[in-house]
Amino acid sequence: MSLRGELLAFVRGDRGADRVVPRSGQSARLTFATAAAMAFLAVFAMALSMASGRLADRWSSALAQSSTIRISAPPAEIEAQTWAVLAVLEQTPGIESARALSDEEQQALLAPWFGPDLPLDDLPVPQLVEITETADGYDADGLRQRLAAEAPGAVLDDHDRWRRPLAEAAGRLRILGWLAMVLILAATAGMVTLAAQSALSANEQVIRVLRLVGARDSYIARAFVRRFTIRALTGAALGMVVGLLAVAILPSARDTAAILTGLSFSGASWFWPLIIPPLAAATAFTATRIAAFRTLRGLQ
Amino acid sequence: MIEMQDAAYGYGAEPLLSDLSLHLPPGSFHFLTGPSGAGKTTFLKLCYAELLPTGGNISLFGHTAGGLSRDGIADIRQRIGVVHQDCKFLDHLSVSENIALPLSVTGKGGMAQDSNLNELVGWVGLTARAEALPPELSGGERQRAALARAIIMDPDLILADEPTGNVDWDMSLRLLNLLVELNKLGKTVVIATHDLALIRAAKQRVQARVLRIQGGQITAAGADL
Ligand SMILES: Nc1ncnc2c1ncn2[C@@H]1O[C@H](COP(=O)(O)OP(=O)(O)OP(=O)(O)O)[C@@H](O)[C@H]1O
Ligand SMILES: [Mg+2]
Repeated sequence: MSLRGELLAFVRGDRGADRVVPRSGQSARLTFATAAAMAFLAVFAMALSMASGRLADRWSSALAQSSTIRISAPPAEIEAQTWAVLAVLEQTPGIESARALSDEEQQALLAPWFGPDLPLDDLPVPQLVEITETADGYDADGLRQRLAAEAPGAVLDDHDRWRRPLAEAAGRLRILGWLAMVLILAATAGMVTLAAQSALSANEQVIRVLRLVGARDSYIARAFVRRFTIRALTGAALGMVVGLLAVAILPSARDTAAILTGLSFSGASWFWPLIIPPLAAATAFTATRIAAFRTLRGLQ
Repeated sequence: MIEMQDAAYGYGAEPLLSDLSLHLPPGSFHFLTGPSGAGKTTFLKLCYAELLPTGGNISLFGHTAGGLSRDGIADIRQRIGVVHQDCKFLDHLSVSENIALPLSVTGKGGMAQDSNLNELVGWVGLTARAEALPPELSGGERQRAALARAIIMDPDLILADEPTGNVDWDMSLRLLNLLVELNKLGKTVVIATHDLALIRAAKQRVQARVLRIQGGQITAAGADL
């Protein structure tokens, strides 16, 4: 029978076929419990992956323009040092562009603290240079050394750069979350295969009788496949619901970058975990089918 | 229906049966006799492809036994009713469910076979035991249930291995009559038995040929029985 016919027969079900194999309490319960536990874990892996994905996106965009250089020097030297700094930046790998802020811009930055009428020319206000770095970033320590040599009054302020490794970590965490999902599925497939194999060998005599009265392998396999698929589906549904509840009641804090409080789904992504039970069912279906046909071919 | 050409079978290196050449035409009625351990059960297993010949050729319903796929074997077994000497059942299903098993495994379980099933269960005298589980049956009851299971699919060929080994003479005759009736409907019947009285009784009812297995060979027994 084709796989499609197989699926159809599977969905239609057959009371007779379900009954011919005796209830195998142990392996069926094991499959249910495993599927539930794995689905629970999968919800967390998914939440982790999505939350770290959101963090990675937010942090990376904040990183785009993250550093400034502050040049404090006697008024006479300011201009020369500013040129020196820009020349150094020009030759530094990892810097996309650099720009000295104009007096108006500096005034606008200081206005909140000192009011709009600040006489900038009379005050020893440092000159600011804004750095936009490339995706790869620059070597901050190397830049600091060169600045110290070329422009002693320049101070590199990479206040947001500390987030770069975090953004990278968040990106990695997203991949790890998906990898965990894949591993959970693989572990589920392994457990179901073992449970199905144990059920198949426990029922070897039953299978022999069925073969003798003319049952095809597909009929016998279906009895097992149906049972394990349904167990995996219901188990995973239970695990998913419990997992979602657990994620939903995690305390959350707005606008914090902490991964702990951000571990949640947002908006439409709450629907993503719904794919876990069908995925578990498909895994059990395939694993049991392979195990069943392999075992059956070994029996005459 | 079944043809053998120089077919041979051995469980180990030594052949148990060899030079089997015979033809069981449709509608024929055969007895298979021979001393215990001669290979009667083995011969029947060759006929429903539980064993494949280690030499020569066996053709079942026009298909070479050795060349059948697993599904091909299943399909052929759906046309053969077998009463096994050890009568294996599914112990978690009732007697009547076991008798209907060949229908269930071919997806015909839900059809109007219920009255047929009840009639057949009545025929083999198991109405009162229909809901019992197989382990609760006596040896004779098991054999009758096995015979009912063998014929419920309306098979073209019936292979019965000592079907009357554990039942009294009256029940033996009753089962024999059932097989004779089926033979008259055109079914091919092969019965392995030690019971010479049964063979004699059959010969009064039907044209039966007797095959004898001895020393690894199969021969047609004479009219001396
Ligand atoms: N699975 C097996 N493995 C090895 N030897 C076997 C196997 N089955 C049967 N034999 C041997 O093959 C020989 C024939 O066995 P078979 O069951 O065909 O005899 P039989 O004629 O049916 O005997 P009986 O009248 O006692 O039922 C016996 O010697 C038996 O021990
Ligand atoms: Mg025997």
